[in-house]
Amino acid sequence: MENKELAGIASQVRRDIVRMVSAVNSGHPGGSLGCTDFLTYLYFEQMTHNPAQFSMDGKHEDLFFLSNGHISPVWYSVLARAGYFPVAELGTFRKLSARLQGHPSTDKGLPGIRMASGSLGQGLSVGVGAAQVKKLNNDPSIVYTLHGDGELQEGQIWEAAMYAAANKVDNIIATIDDNGRQIDGDIDQVLSLGDLGLKWQAFGWEVLRMDGHNFDSIRSTMQAAKALTGKGKPIVIIMKTEMGQGVDYMMGSHKWHGVAPNAEQLEAALQQLEETLGDY
Amino acid sequence: MEFEIFGNKDTRSGFGEGLAELGQTHPNVVALCADLTGSLKMDAFQKANPERFFQTGIAEANMIGMAAGMTIGGKIPFTGTFANFSTGRVYDQIRQSVAYSKKNVKICASHAGLTLGEDGATHQVLEDIGMMRMLPNMTVIVPADFNQTKQATIAIADHEGPVYLRFGRPVMPIFVKPDAKFVIGKADVLTEGTDVTIIACGHMVWKSIEALKALHEIGISAELINMHTIKPLDEAAILKSIAKTGCVVTAEEHMMNGGLGEAVSQVLARKAPVPQEYVAVNDTFGESGTPMELMTKYHIDSPDIVEAVKKAISRKGIII
Repeated sequence: MENKELAGIASQVRRDIVRMVSAVNSGHPGGSLGCTDFLTYLYFEQMTHNPAQFSMDGKHEDLFFLSNGHISPVWYSVLARAGYFPVAELGTFRKLSARLQGHPSTDKGLPGIRMASGSLGQGLSVGVGAAQVKKLNNDPSIVYTLHGDGELQEGQIWEAAMYAAANKVDNIIATIDDNGRQIDGDIDQVLSLGDLGLKWQAFGWEVLRMDGHNFDSIRSTMQAAKALTGKGKPIVIIMKTEMGQGVDYMMGSHKWHGVAPNAEQLEAALQQLEETLGDY
Repeated sequence: MEFEIFGNKDTRSGFGEGLAELGQTHPNVVALCADLTGSLKMDAFQKANPERFFQTGIAEANMIGMAAGMTIGGKIPFTGTFANFSTGRVYDQIRQSVAYSKKNVKICASHAGLTLGEDGATHQVLEDIGMMRMLPNMTVIVPADFNQTKQATIAIADHEGPVYLRFGRPVMPIFVKPDAKFVIGKADVLTEGTDVTIIACGHMVWKSIEALKALHEIGISAELINMHTIKPLDEAAILKSIAKTGCVVTAEEHMMNGGLGEAVSQVLARKAPVPQEYVAVNDTFGESGTPMELMTKYHIDSPDIVEAVKKAISRKGIII
């Protein structure tokens, strides 16, 4: 897919995100906008998957687990735009009885979601377990996970990291959304992660880096990551992003982690994001 | 009221034998253990099925998360560690990744309750039944002896959905028949009686059997129910029994708060209020000691059941 086409999808996804959170005056636009380009690339170019016929077991499909479940708006939009469920359903986000819960869940059977997330730190373990089963089933496909950088403060992440390296789980590619911010402020102010690359390296992972807002960088890094699978080491990509990317007034601050734009702010955001595929 | 005894063994060994059998009969069963393979008696499964055994190290949160992930692709994961580390330590992982996500994970928990013994209160979890029965989608099973633990282990593999299976460390008499069929949610009525209904689970079923003799000697006819499934609770068995006896004693190796007794109380309060007495640990932590010393000190021994029965019967027909 051409970069231009990917950028067009991403622009529509960003429109979806701000409209979804604004409509219910809640939700997490900042990280969602920051991970839009990555998830667009992942679902529209990288993964082998079957949106038309979702199966929980996902045999012979690549799997994706969103560990930082609060950025559900971007995931829901990408899933809908990829064909997992009707785009119109994005209008039910966070509403009573909706399949699009505030944080992702399997509870109401939304296609594309295989595990609840929201309480942080659990998704890497889930991904490692699913990756182990792929091996048991002689299924060569790959497991992808996405994590917030703040989420890495959870201890369970490092339990899973240790396990995966020790057991040569080399069919998993974890991506870290390295935006440097969390709810209470800059990560370095709240609880510094130190040298993240060295940490993952010390835990025995293959470490790659990419620019999460440059499709050339995303493409070459994701291809490199895929080429590294099956070589005895789990793979992590530290992805540099900007929280709120694409909406000028949301960028450069942690303020829009979990705050929805009002009607006026929404209009200002939509002015900056081209409608490419039609709003839901 | 004579019970045939089939030897003496620990319930955890029943789990180990059941799991080993599943290794042969169920190719989709996988097992995970957090550095307690010997204590959980998972060695036989591990030896026979090394490719289906996953040693996670002392990292229980990761073990539960991995187990949840392993259901995707059709496996049936059995996790093994002590009951304390199977529940309280990983409650949020179980809540989100197993119960809420309705994953087919079997959480198998050994060394539950006071009878863990000398290790003391840090390891003697007495709140686990309560924690697990509060979770939607969770089935909670507390088998009574070696045979029943083996039968329950095998039965839960064919049950779709999250299960908490609780067992223990001490060697106790075996009284469930080796060929008995374990039915989840269907209580076993061990003796029929007319004066009182004793509802027990786990090791307390044997303690109740011991109490039956003393009760018989003082002319009390007790109906003993082995309530091996705490959730879903066999309400019909409770109501049928109390219609005859008119009072209840519950007996469990667990905190009074949240356990079997409380589950039974909910049925009685809503459907048929009758006097109930609780044989359970009353809002206190345990301590080091031999299993039997601890059962005596914390009042969950057979004489405590006898006293509770007398009290329950004495309260029948009293309107306050």
